[in-house]
Formats: sequence, C-alpha cells, structure tokens
Amino acid sequence: MTTLPQHLLSAADLSRDAALLVLDTAEELARVADRPIKKLPTLRGRTVVNLFFEDSTRTRTSFEVAAKRLSADVINFSAKGSSVSKGESLKDTALTLEAMGADAVVCRHGASGAPHRLAHWIRGSVVNAGDGTHEHPTQALLDAFTMRSRLGRIEGLRVAIVGDVLHSRVARSNVLLLSTLGAEVTVIAPPTLLPVGVEHWPCAVSYDLDGVLPKSDVVMMLRVQRERMYGGFFPTTREYSRRYGLDARRMATLPDDAIVMHPGPMNRGVEIAAEVADSVRSTIVEQVANGVSVRMAVLYLLLGGGLVDASEAAA
Amino acid sequence: MSQRPAAEHPPTRPVTGDPSAARPVLDAADLGRALTRIAHEIVERNHGAGDVVILGIPTRGVSLAKRIGARIDAIEAGPGETPVGSVDATMYRDDLRLRGVRPLESTDIPPDGIDGKVVVLVDDVLFSGRTVRAALDALSDLGRPRAVQLAVLVDRGHRELPIRADYVGKNIPTSLSETVHVLLDDTDGRDAVLLGPADVDRREAR
Amino acid sequence: MSSSWIIRGARPLGGKPTDLYVDNGALVDDPPVGAQELDADGLVALPGLVDLHTHLREPGREDAETVESGTLAAALGGFTAVHAMANTEPVADVAGVVEQVWRLGIEAGHCDVHPVGAVTVGLRGEQLAELGAMADSAARVRVFSDDGHCVHDPLLMRRALEYVKAFDGVVAQHAQDPRLTEGAQMNEGAQSARLGLAGWPAVAEEAVIARDCLLAAHVGSRVHFCHVSTAGSVEIVRWAKRKGWNVTAEVTPHHLLLTDDLVSSYDPVFKVNPPLRSNEDVEALRDALADGTIDAVATDHAPHALEDKETEWAAAAFGMTGLETALSVVAAAMIETGRLDWSGVADRMSVRPARIGRLTAQGQPLLAGAPANLVLVDPAARVVVDPSTSASRSRNNPYAGRELPARVVATFLRGRATVLDGKPA
Repeated sequence: MTTLPQHLLSAADLSRDAALLVLDTAEELARVADRPIKKLPTLRGRTVVNLFFEDSTRTRTSFEVAAKRLSADVINFSAKGSSVSKGESLKDTALTLEAMGADAVVCRHGASGAPHRLAHWIRGSVVNAGDGTHEHPTQALLDAFTMRSRLGRIEGLRVAIVGDVLHSRVARSNVLLLSTLGAEVTVIAPPTLLPVGVEHWPCAVSYDLDGVLPKSDVVMMLRVQRERMYGGFFPTTREYSRRYGLDARRMATLPDDAIVMHPGPMNRGVEIAAEVADSVRSTIVEQVANGVSVRMAVLYLLLGGGLVDASEAAA
Repeated sequence: MSQRPAAEHPPTRPVTGDPSAARPVLDAADLGRALTRIAHEIVERNHGAGDVVILGIPTRGVSLAKRIGARIDAIEAGPGETPVGSVDATMYRDDLRLRGVRPLESTDIPPDGIDGKVVVLVDDVLFSGRTVRAALDALSDLGRPRAVQLAVLVDRGHRELPIRADYVGKNIPTSLSETVHVLLDDTDGRDAVLLGPADVDRREAR
Repeated sequence: MSSSWIIRGARPLGGKPTDLYVDNGALVDDPPVGAQELDADGLVALPGLVDLHTHLREPGREDAETVESGTLAAALGGFTAVHAMANTEPVADVAGVVEQVWRLGIEAGHCDVHPVGAVTVGLRGEQLAELGAMADSAARVRVFSDDGHCVHDPLLMRRALEYVKAFDGVVAQHAQDPRLTEGAQMNEGAQSARLGLAGWPAVAEEAVIARDCLLAAHVGSRVHFCHVSTAGSVEIVRWAKRKGWNVTAEVTPHHLLLTDDLVSSYDPVFKVNPPLRSNEDVEALRDALADGTIDAVATDHAPHALEDKETEWAAAAFGMTGLETALSVVAAAMIETGRLDWSGVADRMSVRPARIGRLTAQGQPLLAGAPANLVLVDPAARVVVDPSTSASRSRNNPYAGRELPARVVATFLRGRATVLDGKPA
C-alpha cells in the first residue's frame, strides 16, 4: 500500500504513486466543501501547528482551514526573525513545539533547509510550507491538481514555467513533481534568473518566451521581485515585462485550451497583465480553493494513520 | 488485542494455511437469489420503494447496492428510478491509528439527497459492526435520513457493537481463525462467497 | 615529568624500526641515563606537525575555544606548533595583541603558538596594520593574514606583498572575491541549484589567486594561499610555480575528503568557508598535494559555540574543527589512496609548513641534534570519531561517527611529552 514518508520536505519525497494518491485523495476531499457540514472527524485529537516565520496569510489560512475541516486542533505560531540575535532560536522553538505535543508542524521559513533541521528536533511530521528559495511542495501539488481538473491529465502535458526560476521555490517543486507525474516541463527566464546547474534538472530550458508559448498547454507565471533589478538580474522592470511578461498579445498565441497559472501574489503589469489574470484561461482563483483540498489530503495521509513509533523518530 | 474463545461451532473442515484452499459457501446462482430476496424484503418492509435510497459501503458494497437497486427497479419502479450511491466510511473509522493510512473511496450521494429518506446501507460482510458504525457517522454529516436500515450479503457473527442487519443474504457462523471471501463479477471476475483460513499476518478488516 | 626518553622501535617517517633518544630537548645519539622508556613498537615517528592555519578564538570568543583548549587539541592531533589566526576580538593587528596570544601559548604549554598578524587594521581591508611592529615583537610574527576576509583591494595587496619583504614575512591570502560571494552559502553547482542555497562560484577564489600570483611575481615577493579548494585554483598555482614564482599554498583536511553532497542534509556542521566542493575538486586537490603543487595541509580549525551551528543553514557560522582529526583524515585521503607515504605526510604537515612560517626549530629531520619535536602515530589503528570526547570546547566536527585510520599515540614538544597513550600527559 502506498504511503507518504514521515515528512513532506521536498516534492522529490513523493514517488509517482504517492503523488497520485495525494491528488486522488484531494479529489474526494474537495467534495467536503460542498456539504452542509464541512467537517470530518478523522484528525480529532491531533494537534497541527502552523509555524510561520514569514508572513503569509494566504498559505497559513489554507492550512488552517484544511486542518480544522479534519477536526484537528490548530495552533498558529508566528515567529518573526529566526536567528539567535533576534530572539528564540529555531531549535528552542522546536523544543517548545515538542513539549506541546505537536503531531504535525507546518513550517514556512525564510531560510532554505529550515524544515529539514526542524525534522531533526521533533517527533511529529514536518510539512514544508515554503523554505527560502528551496521548495514549496504543497503548492506544486495544488498546481498539479488544478491542471488535472482543468485539462483531465498531467502525463504528456506541456508546461512552461516562466520567471525568476533562480529564486523560486515554487519552480523547484513544480519541476520535480511534474516530471515525476510525466509532464514535459520547460523553464523560461533571462539567463541571469536561471541557476547554474539547471542543465541537470528534468526539464528543458529556454530564453525565448514567444517561441515556447504556442506549444504549451499550461503556462505558469512566477512572481518577479522588483528588487532583483538592484542585483543586476535585469536592467528595468519595463525590459523584463517586455521580454518575459504575459500580456494579452502573447496570451492569444496560446493553444485554445491552454491555461494560465500563477502561485500568487501577482505583480499585475510586470509578469502578468491584468486582462490575462482575469481571463477565462486563468486558474488563479481555483488554485486557492484547490489548496485547501490538497492540504487536507496531505494532512490526512501524514497523520491519519498510526502515530510514528518513538524509535523511528529522527535523532 | 485480547484472545477470544473460538466459536461454538467447530470448523467443518481442517484449517490449513493455504488461502486458495477456501471452500465455496455460495455460488453465483445462490448469490443472485439472495440479492433478489433482499430486494423483495426491502420493498415489503418499506411499503414500496418510493422513499428508499440504496447506499453501498465501498468497495464491494457499492456493486451489491447497484444490483439491489436494479432488482427493485424491476419489481416496483422503472429502470434507474431507485436512487443508488455510495458512502465511504474511511474517514470515520475508529481504528485508523492502529493501522496504516487507508486510501479514500468515493462518497456519491444521489441528486435528491438523503434528508427524510429511508437509507438502506449495503455491505458485503457484517463482522464486528465497526464499519457500519463509521458509515452511520458519515451519513449523519451528510444529511438526516428518516430511517437507516442495513442489508448485508453475509453475516459472519462476532459483533463488537450493538449493530444488527435488517436484511441478510446468508448467516455463516465462523471462527476467528477463518475469513469470508466475497467475490463479485465486476471486481473479481466471478460471483461467489468462500470460507477459508485467516491470514495470520494480515489483520482482518472488520 | 622526565624530559629524557628512550623510544624503542619507532619507525621514523615510516621506515625501518629504530630507537630514538631524547635528552635536554633534543634528539641525541646515545641513550640518556635515567631516561623513561616508551615502547613504540609498530609506531611511525614524524616530526611534530605544524599547522599554518588555526583559530584559537582567544581573545574574544572564549566560549568557543581558548588558547589552552585549542593547543591541547592541537597536541592531541600531533601538532607541536600552530599559527593562530588574527580574527580575534580585538583583532591581532598590533604588537600588544599578538604578544598576548604568544604568552598564553607559553603558559598553556601544550604546543608552540605563533600568532598570525592581520594585514589590515581591524581586517577592514582599508589600511595596512603595523606589520613591522608585529614582526619585531616578542611574538616574532612572520605570517600575516586577514583570514576570514579577503585583501581584495589590489593596490593594498600589492603594498602588503612589498612591505613584508623587509622582514622575510609572507602574506597568506584568503582568496574570496567579496562581490561574487555576497550572501553565498555553498559551492555553486548542481547541488546549490537543487537545494536553493545561494552559490559560491569557484571563480571567486580562482580570480583572486591568479591576480595575487601575478602581483607577487611583479614585486618579487612570496605569497601564500590559504585553504585552496578548487581544481581551477590548483591549475593556477601549478602554472605560477612552473614560472618559478615564489608561491605556496595550503589545503584543509576536509577539502581532501568531503564534498558538497553532504549539504543536502542542511546540517550546518558542513558549512565552511571556502565551501565543500565537488568530487572533481577533491581529486585535483589530492593530486596536487601528492605532487607538491600544494605545499601543506593546514587545518583551518574553526571552533564555534553550539548556538552558532544548531540553527537553520543561512544563520549558521562558517567553519569546522580539525586539529584532532587532521592526521587521520590525511591518512584516509592520501595514504590509503596510495598518493603519499608517511615521509610525504611528514613533508606536507611539518617540513614545508615550518619552512613557510620560518620556524627553524620545527619540521627538522629526526636526527641527532634536532629539537625533539616529534609525534608517534599508530598507522594500523582505526578510530570512530566521537566529538563528545574532544579536547576542543566546540563540537562542530563533520566526521562524527566516521571511522578513520591512524591514531596519535604520543607528542613531544622540545623533549617533553605533551601527549602519552593518546591522552594529555
């Protein structure tokens, strides 16, 4: 029987079967939203802690709704700053959570790898809700779920991921998960926003957005930060937008059934034009709803079974 | 789990370790007749099929529910008139933490819902009663039926909760060292009910 | 404690067993009267190891290490002399601080401490420190380094290279272009792309090394490069040496054994400056140490308090401890792979470092008349590394749980045993 590993830290933690299990489970759980009583008793008595070191109302609320719909107790733990100089260290926070008996910790942190360290210090399950520029596995899962529900499949889909790939945890998780699920992924960005080593990723690479769009079933636009201008990654937002922004003209070159996705929050007018974001091709709003179902599935599959044996807990 | 005494009736053949040594208790024809009788009993007890909704408990209960629905259609209503669906009890089970996480099955409520209706839950084997209890909890979150009745193909005894079936295909007293295998045409390629030794390593779903 | 010894059956530099005699701080021809005997059957004798690059943290960060604890760790690792880097608090950029560190070393008595003087005031890279005063001080500084920081201003580096010629000093450059490594966390490559950690490109080290080889040649000075870590750096040093330029280089034990794959656990015990690199780099460094392109192994022992390492990666300090494990790691990387024998290890870990540091009493042949700075090593031993038993105050040891070859059995500093039977004497 397919099971999930104890922690969900990276999209690479999921085999094809495990990823499909999450998506199928999410599909079933999505119906809970349509019922008069939007609740299942399954995680009653379990404690899920939202440990958010970075502000993110959207993701935190999504996990909170997901946990509560499964009848879990939710504790929101907001910690600003992380290093020793700013107060309680990550390790001390972990020990506090352990004392509280957290069954699962959903962790968002500004430093890549912080959830990995957390997993060393607590016995519960750690769900990575976004760590630095490393990964955001549940985002990739909800993106895949959205693609499947709009287009009926993932295998063989041609997916273009456009934008600041270098700094994007959403891009990393999506490239890994989509290739596990059999999609054909191309990343598109100016050379400065592609990491050294991208040639080893399971995807194609292009600098030419206009060349790839007509052959794409899914276009995923990544948020680009204006501050990157000061690091010399691109000269001006105007030039970035002209060369890599998805405007109405470019959207018209997409195949008829192609969809446009964005993990949010959007920079309207920079990487994506307002008319594109609001068009019928856009899945941006349903991505949010799908996030709850997918996160319910993840929490159920991680916590719904037996408690982890103490001897199996990482040292 | 505490040891339980063996059933009063001794097994009718020696218990072997070979699952394929299970012996048939119902063949395809017997199974069909049982379902037909159950369909008639449902119609009789409820004075017609007007308010009846048949909901199968996955996996095999779903297929049985469809067949019972079709027979009720033949007796009383027209084809496809009897509402048939499924209710998955996985999320409501009381033994989730004792075993690994189970994949979810489908919950499919017919369009007119279950409020004020007579819901007949259908399952293949009634054993401890815990699955049915979980299904009852699931139902209560989905609506408020006027009444809930239970139809099972096989009742093998050893109830752990105060649950009883309203309609039974066959009573098969068993010992705990035995397993009842229900095979259905659409999931297993043929219709039969077999009785065989329990696999000692795999704890049975009850 | 007697300082006369009869050491029976030791194998000098791994050669044939013989007896060694120690009296009055030196090796002598004849067995001294009333001497203690030490059975060295099967043990290899090497000249006491000399570390060109250690961080003793005192003054300023005594929570991480002191001269006392650091030099004890050094003696247990077989060292009889260490160069203590200048990035203390206050920085060792005046005669007063280097003399303080030198005196602390004498008081502790576990091994000789040779303080390194900062090249620039406060390590800020703006203005030369009083290099002459430090050279003339009781500490007799000969090695100058802003280690931790690069002397990146080319004009300032030129001036430093010229200035130290007057007292036969050497500038030891920490080659790291600051602009190319802003916020960098690990080697830039396939791993950093996957792990989402800001990359530290090899060129940030190589470009500075190339520049400083050319500068040193131009002004006729010698230059030394700290902790060389890439295949490209090796090629540049090799090219410079072939030109006859007075360039020397060191490599750390960890860069001979560990690669950036280890970072995938995000455990900051593997976070170090320069970062762990690729397999190709490790092979190139081993070959370079074998053929002498790299002159010396230097530990860059960098102890850190627990709270500076038990954090998320980006917030953790850079550095690994290394004094106690250095010889074993070199044995694993170089002797077990057939690239060096014990004589070669003696050359790279004692003879050449002593020469670079201008230490006349260290790195001498094990012959009568030489100062009795030596170490006895059991080449057949295998030890599982346990940081909790370390003499260092810090526990940031990347080899925890690893089995390594060779064990230091005894260390002698000018004829006095600092370590016997693998324990402080």
